[in-house]
Amino acid sequence: MQLCDLPAYQLVEMIKRRQVSAVEVLESTLQRIQAVDGLPGSLAAEGGALETDKVHAFITLTAERARRQAEQVDEAIRAGEDPGPLAGVPFTVKDIFCVRDTPSTAGSRILANFVAPYTATPVARMEAAGGVMLGKVNLDEFTYGSSSESSAFQPSPRNPWDTSRVPGGSSGGCTAAVAAGEGPLSLGTDTAGSIRQPAAFCGVVGMKPTYGRVSRYGLIAFGSSLDCPGPVAHQVRDAALMLQAIAGRDPRDATAANIPVEDYLARLEEEVRGLRIGLSPDYFRITYPDPQGEGFRQEPLPAAISDAVMRAAGRLAELGADIVEDVPMPHTRFGIPAYFVISRVEAASNLHRYDGVKYGYRTPDYVDDLNEMYRRTRAQGFGPQPKLRILMGMYVSAAQYSQQYYTLALRVRTLIRGDFEAAFDPAGRYRLHALLTPTTPTTAFPIGDVYGDSVLMQYADQLTVPANHAGIPGISLPAGFDEAGLPIGVQLLGPDFSEALLLRLGRAFEMVTAEDAWRQRQPPVLNGVRG
Amino acid sequence: MNTAYEPTIGLEIHAELATSSKMFCACTVVDSTQAEPNIAVCPVCAGMPGVLPVLNQRAVEFGLRVALALECEIPPTSIFARKNYFYPDLPKGYQISQYDQPLARNGRLAILTSQGERLIRVRRVHLEEDTGKLTHVAAEGGGYSLIDLNRAGVPLLEIVSEPDLHTAEEVRAYAMALRSLLRYLGVNSGDMQKGVLRIEPNISVRPAGSQELGTRSEIKNLNSFRALERSVDFEIRRQSELLRQGKPVVQETRGWDEAADATVPQRSKEEAHDYRYFPEPDLPPLALDPGRVEQVRGRLPELPIARLRRFQEQYGLNAYDAQVLTAEMEVADYFEAALAAAPGAAPKSLANWITGELFALTNQAGVEFDPQRVPAQALAGLVQMVASGAINQSTGKAVLAEMFRSGRPAAQIVAERGLEQISDRGKIASLVRETLEAHPQQVKAYLNGKETLARWLFGQVMRAAQGQANPLVVQEELEGQLQRLKKAR
Repeated sequence: MQLCDLPAYQLVEMIKRRQVSAVEVLESTLQRIQAVDGLPGSLAAEGGALETDKVHAFITLTAERARRQAEQVDEAIRAGEDPGPLAGVPFTVKDIFCVRDTPSTAGSRILANFVAPYTATPVARMEAAGGVMLGKVNLDEFTYGSSSESSAFQPSPRNPWDTSRVPGGSSGGCTAAVAAGEGPLSLGTDTAGSIRQPAAFCGVVGMKPTYGRVSRYGLIAFGSSLDCPGPVAHQVRDAALMLQAIAGRDPRDATAANIPVEDYLARLEEEVRGLRIGLSPDYFRITYPDPQGEGFRQEPLPAAISDAVMRAAGRLAELGADIVEDVPMPHTRFGIPAYFVISRVEAASNLHRYDGVKYGYRTPDYVDDLNEMYRRTRAQGFGPQPKLRILMGMYVSAAQYSQQYYTLALRVRTLIRGDFEAAFDPAGRYRLHALLTPTTPTTAFPIGDVYGDSVLMQYADQLTVPANHAGIPGISLPAGFDEAGLPIGVQLLGPDFSEALLLRLGRAFEMVTAEDAWRQRQPPVLNGVRG
Repeated sequence: MNTAYEPTIGLEIHAELATSSKMFCACTVVDSTQAEPNIAVCPVCAGMPGVLPVLNQRAVEFGLRVALALECEIPPTSIFARKNYFYPDLPKGYQISQYDQPLARNGRLAILTSQGERLIRVRRVHLEEDTGKLTHVAAEGGGYSLIDLNRAGVPLLEIVSEPDLHTAEEVRAYAMALRSLLRYLGVNSGDMQKGVLRIEPNISVRPAGSQELGTRSEIKNLNSFRALERSVDFEIRRQSELLRQGKPVVQETRGWDEAADATVPQRSKEEAHDYRYFPEPDLPPLALDPGRVEQVRGRLPELPIARLRRFQEQYGLNAYDAQVLTAEMEVADYFEAALAAAPGAAPKSLANWITGELFALTNQAGVEFDPQRVPAQALAGLVQMVASGAINQSTGKAVLAEMFRSGRPAAQIVAERGLEQISDRGKIASLVRETLEAHPQQVKAYLNGKETLARWLFGQVMRAAQGQANPLVVQEELEGQLQRLKKAR
C-alpha cells in the first residue's frame, strides 16, 4: 500500500493533520504514473504498441503545475488555513474539459494544438477545494465511443485488470487511472454511460449526477442535453466528497440546476432498512439490431453479470432493503435508437465551431476557397467517429427528415422518462427509491474487438443511456468479477436529485461486502508495483 | 409602373438591442464601427470549445417592449433554436435564434402615407444574436479576410411583417414608423449607417387580380431609407418587366448597388441553406410569466402613433405637422415643454418655429437635434416676444439663429442689440415721411400708377428701421401717407 493507493478522504485527513504533506502524496502519485502509465497518448502513434502492459491513461501530465498546487496546499496548512475539503488530493481530468493554459484536446487532432484560455467550472471547483490536478487523461475522440480506442492520441488507455482489453469509455482514461492508483479521483463525463460503463469495466465507482447538478461550463460539448460531468473514484465516500465539491448552480450554465446541494456525506452511512429497491427484467437482456438481417435480436445477459446483480440485491436485502421485482421499464430498448438521433443532431451542431478559422487545426494545404478550407480542415482534423456523427446528425436534422427522426426521438425520450417516473412515483404501484441494474451487458472486451462497428459499440451503453434520456442520476459500483477475472459493475438509478440516497445505498453495499474475497483483489498491472 | 402588375412586399427588420452587454455573455457592447477590432470578445462570444450561453434578461425586456408596442401576442414560453451554417463571422458555426416558437406573434403597426392610415400586420418578433464582421483585404499574391468579433453576440431583434405592403412609399413609411417606435422605446438608435438597424424587403409582383403570389426576391445591404425606397422601386419595375416579357422571376437574394442604382443577384434559392434548426439545448425555454409582461407593458411610453393622434386632437395640428413633431420622442417632448412654458402661444406657430427654423438651423449645422441646444423655455420666450410684437418675425429668426449659435436667451440678445420692434406710430410716421422724401422719383412713379412700387417703398422703410419696425404699423402708415399724397394731387 502506498500513499497513492489511499482513498481521497483519508489523504485529506492525513494532510490536514500534517501526518503527510500534499507534496509527498503528489510525489507518490507521480511515481505511480511513472511506473504504470507508459507513453502518453500522442498524435505520433508509433512506439505505444510495444508497451502493451502499460495503462496509457494520460495525454498531458502537468506535473509542475501540480507541484505548485500541492505546495500551496502545504503552505496553507502551515499557515493554519483550511485549503478545503479536497486538500492535497491529486486528481485527473478527462481531456474534454478546458483547463486554462493547458492543452485541451478532446482526444482529437482538430484540437491537438488548442490551449484553453479558461478553466471549466467543475475543475475550478475541485482546485478551489484544494484538489491538485495531475493532468488530462485520454478518451474517445470528442467522447464518441465506449472503449476509448477512437482517440487521435495513441496509444489509447488500457484496462489495468487486463491490458489487452479496453478500459471502456469514453471516460476510459479516468477509470483506468483511478484503478491503477494514478490519483484517487477523476473528473469524467457521461452522455450515455461514459462514466458508469468504464467504471464497471475498471472496477471503480463512477457516478452520473442528475442533469444540471454539475455545471457543464468548460466541458467540450457532445450531446448538450445529455452530457453530465461526474466523479470517478475508488470508493463511494470519495465519490460523495468529489460530487460535493463540484455540484451546484453556476451563473455560466443556464441548464445548471438552481436547487440547493444536499450534504452527501452527512447521512452517507445511515442504514438503508425499508428502502425499496427495484429489479426490472428489461435490464436483464439486451436488444440490438440483427447484424445478419432485418429487425432486432434479443439476448439474455451473461450469467456472471446477472448473478452479480442478484447477489447485490441479496446483500442489500440482508440490510433490510425491500427488493421489488418485475418492475416494467418497457421503453428501455428504445434508448439506443433515440440516443443515436438526439446525440448526433446535437453533436453535429456542436462540432460546427471546429472550422479552422479561430483556433485548432487548419489544413496546411494552400486553398483559395473558403469552403475548400473548411472541407480539408475538417476532413483532416476529425477522425472517423466525429465524421460518422456529423454525417448522421446532418442527415436526421435535415428539414425533410427532422420530423420523422428528431421530433420522434424526443417523444421516445419522454416515454423513457415516463418509465422512471412511474417506477419512482411515491404514490404509484412500485414506489421505488432506486432501481438496481447491471451497468453493462458485458465485461471489458479485447482491444480491437468491437472497434469499427459503431453500432455494436453503442450497444455497450444500452443499460446506462436511459438515465441520460431521463436526466436522472445513476451510480456504478464494483460488484465482483467474471470467470476471466474482469470487474463487473452494478448500477443504481434514482429519481432526480437523489444523489445522496444513491451514494448511501452504494456505501451500504460497499460496507456489507467489505470483507468479501473479491474486494481484496488488485489489478494485475500493479503486480510488483505496489510493493 | 404598369398598373397591370401588383407588388406584394414584406419586410424583415433586424434591430440591434441597445443593451450594455451582449446577448449571451458579459462582454460590453461597443460601437463596432469605431472600436478597435476584437476588443469586446470573451471565450463565449468567440465560440471557444466548452462555453455556454447565458441569456441577457435586459435583451428579453427590450424585445418585450417592442413586441408589446407592436400589439403582439406573447406566448407564455418561447424557445431558442440553433440555426446551423458555416461562415467565419459566426464563431460557433450556428446562430442562436428563435424558430418555431418566437418571443411574439401577430402584431400590427399603423403607418401614414399619402393614401391615409393603414395597419400593417406583424407576423413575428424574435430574439437572436448578431454575427461578427468580416473585412476582405485585397493584396498582391491573394487577398485575405480579417474577422472582428466585437459585434458577435450582440442582441438582435428580428421583426417580420406580413406581406401587406404594396408600394415603395408604404415600405418607407413602415420602416420609418418602426424606426421611430424603436427609438421611442429606447431599444435602438435607428442608425442605419452603423448597421444597428437593417432592413430587408422581400418583393414579389403578380398580375393584378391574381390570387397567387409571384416569386419573390429579397434585398440585402440597405443602409438608408433612400436605398430602401429606390431598391424596392427598382425591384418592382424589374419584376414587372420580366412578367411583361413572359420571363420567369428567379427566387433569389439580391444586393443593392448604390452606384449602379440597381439590385444585383447575390444568391439563388438552389444555393440556399438548410439551417437544420433544432432547439438550443444549452438554454432552457424562455418562460415569461404574465406579471413580468404586464410590468413591461405598464412602463411603455406613449407611442408615436398615439401621440400623433393626440397632437392633432389636443393642439389642432394637421397630420403632417403632428407626424413631423412626433416622429422623434425628444422632438415631441420638446414641443410640449415649449408649449407649457409659453401657454399663450399658438401650437401651430410653435410647431412652425420648431419644424421650420429650428430644424433648418440644425440641418445647416449638420448635427442631430439636441433639445438642450435651444432649451424649450428659451424657444418659448422667443415665440412669446414675437407674438407680443416685441420683435417681428424676421428679427425673431435672426435671434433664434443667434440663440442656436451662442446658447443665450432671446431677451438678452434682443436687449443687447437693441432689436426691439418699433411699434410707436409717431416714430414710424416720421420714418415713412423721411423715406418718401428721400425717394421722390419712385413716389412720383407710384402716383402715376406704378402701384407695385408700394412694396419697394415698404422695403425701404423697413431698411431704414433696420428691420425692427412693426411691419403691420409700417404698412398702415405707408398706405395712409401715400393715400394722402394721391388725394393732394
